[in-house]
Amino acid sequence: MNPLIAAASVVGAGLSVGLAAIGSGVGQGTAAGYAVEGIARQPEAEGKIRGALLLSFAFIESLTIYGLVVALVLLFANPFAGLIFFLNS
Amino acid sequence: MIQPLYIDLVELSVGQHWYWIVGGYQVHGQVLVTTWFVLALIGGLSLTANRDLKETPDGLQNLTEYITEFIRDIAKTQIGEQGYLPWVPFLGTLFLFIFVSNWSGALFPWHVLEIPNGELAAPTNDINTTVALAIMTSIAYFYGGLSKKGLGYFKRYVSPAVFLLPINVLEDFTKPLSLSFRLFGNILADELVVAVLVTLVPLVIPIPLMLLGLFTSAIQALVFSTLAGAYIGEAMEDHHSIIILLNFLDSGYY
Repeated sequence: MNPLIAAASVVGAGLSVGLAAIGSGVGQGTAAGYAVEGIARQPEAEGKIRGALLLSFAFIESLTIYGLVVALVLLFANPFAGLIFFLNS
Repeated sequence: MIQPLYIDLVELSVGQHWYWIVGGYQVHGQVLVTTWFVLALIGGLSLTANRDLKETPDGLQNLTEYITEFIRDIAKTQIGEQGYLPWVPFLGTLFLFIFVSNWSGALFPWHVLEIPNGELAAPTNDINTTVALAIMTSIAYFYGGLSKKGLGYFKRYVSPAVFLLPINVLEDFTKPLSLSFRLFGNILADELVVAVLVTLVPLVIPIPLMLLGLFTSAIQALVFSTLAGAYIGEAMEDHHSIIILLNFLDSGYY
């Protein structure tokens, strides 16, 4: 595979997952914080709060997973892999 | 080059498939084999447990009744009190198929069986399976909306305001996309992580991540079926919240 494409794909894959994880980290942390506060306020509601929390985690996590899918495509199913182009030096 | 300690039990190959030619098309054979295994598991459990149904359940019938109640609860919460019963089989199929395939991919020692190319794993780690499930869900919620409201279903594209039309149309494409990618990404990522860890340190260390993988894959089955129910419920609902708001404002209650 063209080394420029390979290098760019690797950098792109790493950035894709890394940047996608920032948002979901912040979001899930905030959600967990409010959930724990809710449990502290009313310990009898722990079951429902935990259920809602886990469901929300799955949705927020899926945004990071989209980034992971892009990274996997770049690494294992790269659409530009067979391209040969000529660099005018 | 990483030399694995147990040469025949460890292999990491992404994108390698066991191609079968069926009717002029190339299919991924390893996905079909594991799908048939999952179908046999679910079918076998249902047939043995529900053979003589008793009034007071015992044994395996307890388990299947518990699962049925769980799925009914999902359907009732997402679709509403009336009209949820016809959708229980569909949501139940989604939930059971995804749950059993995720857990069978994680728990069974598939590497003991060798296939010519690629490796056996959960059928949902292939994008084709998850896209098929997502498109089925799309067709299901269109069917729900159209059968309940006829052509008046298309009014929801321009409610509550006309300028939302492109967003609503886009939603019809992003819904199956996000459903399929969420499930595919979760399952493939879990398999890759476990495979890489097992290649590096085959004993004890991968276990916490395998447990996490079991947990998240079960949640993903629940999330997929819950979202499918939510989309069906949203397509079938009679009125939109803006009408309730207007009625409330008109009522002079406050």
